[in-house]
Amino acid sequence: MPSVKVAPITIFIMLSVLFLIYSVAIYLKPLREKDHQKATIQKQAAAGKDVWQKHNCHTCHQLYGLGGYLGPDVTNVTAKPGYSDAFLKAVINNGMGLMPPFDLTNQEMEDLLVFLQSMNETGTANPQHYSPKINGTFTLND
Amino acid sequence: MKSGIWVLRLALLLLFLGVLFGFLASFAYRLSDAKSDFIGFLKLRPLHVTSAYFGIVLGGLACVALAIQRDAVQRSATRLLKVHLLLWLVALVGIFYSYLTGDFGGREYWEFKPIWALPILLSYFVFLVYFLKNVGSYKSWPVYYWMWFTGIVFFAFIFIENYLWLFPYFREHLIADMTIQWKVNGSIVGAVNQIIYGLAFYLMTKISGNEKMGHSKLIFAMYFLGLFNLMFNWGHHIYILPTDRYIHHISYIVSMTEWVILIRIFYNWNQQLNENRTHYYFFPYRFLMAADYWVIINLAIALLMSIPAFNLYTHGTQITVAHAMGTTIGINTMIVLGGAFYFIKPTFESGKALMRMTLVFWTTQIALLLFLITLAGMGIQRALWQAGISGAAFGQMMLKSRPWMIGFIITGTLLFVSLASVVLYLLFHSFKTKATYQLHRKV
Ligand code: HEC
Ligand code: HEM
Repeated sequence: MPSVKVAPITIFIMLSVLFLIYSVAIYLKPLREKDHQKATIQKQAAAGKDVWQKHNCHTCHQLYGLGGYLGPDVTNVTAKPGYSDAFLKAVINNGMGLMPPFDLTNQEMEDLLVFLQSMNETGTANPQHYSPKINGTFTLND
Repeated sequence: MKSGIWVLRLALLLLFLGVLFGFLASFAYRLSDAKSDFIGFLKLRPLHVTSAYFGIVLGGLACVALAIQRDAVQRSATRLLKVHLLLWLVALVGIFYSYLTGDFGGREYWEFKPIWALPILLSYFVFLVYFLKNVGSYKSWPVYYWMWFTGIVFFAFIFIENYLWLFPYFREHLIADMTIQWKVNGSIVGAVNQIIYGLAFYLMTKISGNEKMGHSKLIFAMYFLGLFNLMFNWGHHIYILPTDRYIHHISYIVSMTEWVILIRIFYNWNQQLNENRTHYYFFPYRFLMAADYWVIINLAIALLMSIPAFNLYTHGTQITVAHAMGTTIGINTMIVLGGAFYFIKPTFESGKALMRMTLVFWTTQIALLLFLITLAGMGIQRALWQAGISGAAFGQMMLKSRPWMIGFIITGTLLFVSLASVVLYLLFHSFKTKATYQLHRKV
């Protein structure tokens, strides 16, 4: 078999530079993200995300289909008919089927609910709201 | 040499714990309420995934250490390897403490308190220095040195990226934050794969005795294709996330370049079969052979799942778990086990021992296949539900999946028993035949 002509180091560096550019473009994304929310809400949603992490909700739940699989996706749970704050609090405090009860402080619970509401406002995770296209991609239905 | 074998032992222990926790976690699927769950799925899933995956990561690094020390230009820097081992021990103690006390705070796959990531990150820098001290000038590196180097450097880089969320700038933008989170999770497996596939190439080179293979143009092309995918294909995890469209498009296009790998496998089919016949009785080879076949199955599934229109329906279902465990067990674990046999116990004294291990080997493969089929079954059930075919509630859908779940638990138990016996066998022999990893210098 023939030996290599272009030095591997050259290709390695070239690819790495491209990767860095791509990465930086993504790190700048928060600047481009439209802020449809007030800064205080944003902060509270971030605190709610910490609660979500601290109690490991993602072990059983998904957001946009990402997470564990024992429970349902909750990206848009706050928009489900009948899923008022009071109802959600009850589910989280008392558990439901395979979901254990969680002992959250009032502040944690408020933050968590703001997080779930903000998540819902970002879009929809329901596959039924999208249509596949012939070129293999899909688009959001109107 | 000694520290290298200790890293390998730690890796085997983690793999054992990984399958044990997985086995315990699987029972959650059978329960009807959370109270009867004795450690709790909440803790078991992170315990399972972290132990199993870190077992693979460390197993790969241990084999790299053993390999480069065997070929070392100058035998030095073993103290660095000791530091590396120590850092991992510190991290693991912290991580297990974090999980067992339910003191989470990290993210999916890395649920431990972020502070325990620090020793792991440091260990990578130490390992990098150790690696570079042993392998001489990059100008003459065979492909597997390149892959190991890539794996180490990129793991460290991506691992830092994994904690960018600690800054409010990232965390306060939910979608940007999730984009980066899955950039990390998608590409870090690519970095680990560089270590593991590099190990597979190394073992093949040594087993076939064809050192030229490590410098072939084609193999280098494959390496760069892998690196290219590591860098740019992670977007297929987040097709449904309302992030920038260009991320989705780049990922879709880049993912499709992997067809080349699949086509190449079929192109080399006859050669592959010949090789299988030649080396079948050399035990470390057997695991590489298994990994080759699992590559075909998993790559075919991955390619389909990288097509957005298809991903729309499989995403968020156990089909993803089947893919995740299919690759981590079928490919990564098999290669690590091949490496472990190579360095610990490449040959058997008696035909009987060989027969016994052969039986365990085939049980593992068949159990894994059935295990993945049950996961796919659950996944299809859920995919149909997500697509709105039945209109049932979540709980009803789960109830309908019962037969698949029972099958999952049974085949999972079989897989647990067979994988655990291989791992414990190796662990045991690593103490018993103290010096094999030094004696079997040439095979
Ligand atoms: C051990 C797994 C598990 C964990 C951990 C868990 N859940 Fe659940 N959760 C479930 C399951 C299973 C259901 C569905 C129960 C049913 O419908 O039968 C559920 C249901 C829900 C629902 C109602 C969803 C719906 O569409 O009806 C919400 C909201 C919810 N969980 C929030 C949370 C939050 C917040 C956390 C973290 C504090 C959490 N869960 C942790 C398993 C879990
Ligand atoms: C070395 C062997 C194994 C490895 C490397 C491994 C790896 C993994 C990984 C990476 C995941 C996360 C999947 C995802 O998020 O998509 C996972 C989940 C899981 N694994 Fe394993 N696994 C192994 C063996 C087992 C065994 C033997 C069992 C036993 C039955 C098991 C049971 C589970 C369960 C129950 C889950 C959680 C699925 C869910 O969220 O619903 N695993 N495993």
